[in-house]
Amino acid sequence: MNYVYVATLLFTIGAVGVLLRRNAVVVFMCIELMLNAANLAFVTFARINGNIDGMVVAFFVMVVAAAEVVVGLAIIVTIFRTRRSASVDDPNLLRL
Amino acid sequence: MTSVMLAAQTSTGEAVTFWVLAPLAVAAAVMILVSRKAVHSALWMALTMMILAVFFLLQGGVFLGVVQVVVYTGAVMMLFLFVLMLVGVDASDSLVETLRGQRVVGLLLGAGLGGLVIAGLSRVTFAESVGIGAAEEAAGGHVEAIGKSLFTQYVFPFEVVSAVLITAALGAMVLTHRERIIARKSQRELAAERFRDGVQQTPLPASGVFARHNAVDTPALLPDGTTAPSSVPEQMRRSGTVRPPGAYELSEDDSDGGDR
Repeated sequence: MNYVYVATLLFTIGAVGVLLRRNAVVVFMCIELMLNAANLAFVTFARINGNIDGMVVAFFVMVVAAAEVVVGLAIIVTIFRTRRSASVDDPNLLRL
Repeated sequence: MTSVMLAAQTSTGEAVTFWVLAPLAVAAAVMILVSRKAVHSALWMALTMMILAVFFLLQGGVFLGVVQVVVYTGAVMMLFLFVLMLVGVDASDSLVETLRGQRVVGLLLGAGLGGLVIAGLSRVTFAESVGIGAAEEAAGGHVEAIGKSLFTQYVFPFEVVSAVLITAALGAMVLTHRERIIARKSQRELAAERFRDGVQQTPLPASGVFARHNAVDTPALLPDGTTAPSSVPEQMRRSGTVRPPGAYELSEDDSDGGDR
């Protein structure tokens, strides 16, 4: 199924984005992209196997992704408030 | 049921839609990666999510397609945009590499991951697509099938997810809550503070003596007969070009009241 290949490509692009981008918001977007790619794979396999469970799991992934976005963006806002920056390179409080 | 048949096999229409939209989705995902401005990334992300919603619809996941549009492009992307506006739209990534060779290594790792998964997938022969039509028909409809599965087999994960959502909402509130360390100043305190340092709050007095002469070099007279130094410009006071107000005093026989 070609959908699985698209899902793989999107997941890979998301993973590369997490590795390369330094704006925390964009990193979060790339994580969302990976979750969406996983959802596409779930839906595709649900269709291939004729099983509705894949769609239910994709639904759960969406809900958990929404919760994750809420907490993640709250953390980003808090860090931005204290450090005036949304770059993932700047929080270096643990550095010796 | 034509829709069931549609979902089972790949029809020509689906193939065309897929081959039009799939490159677009991948291109939009790449644009998320390379856009330097975070807002542009967010817009490309919205496009990718819309295309994914179309993919869900194409594969018979009607409910998920609608939820994808409502939850992702509606709620999550708007949240992203809100936060972007909050942390500053102009914030763009600097091109300076803080870790040497991070870009090359990241691209290599990504290519390795993608290559491995695609190589693994290419060795798989997928079974002929069954389609979820049978499962739908057993439950009496698409949404009914998902609902039946959600509230019987997956009822415990469903409850856990609801707890996760509530915890996330509370966590966001706790994280973004700002504690006031000092109490907010009342209006009375603000007013007292304003007058405490002795700065004049009212407009400065105008120059001129008894309205007979209002040139800027003549200071105004105070009720007790002394001059008001703040009524003439500071520079004139320093250079000593201020006129004494006595020159314009009314004498007893000065009846026409003019200053000639």
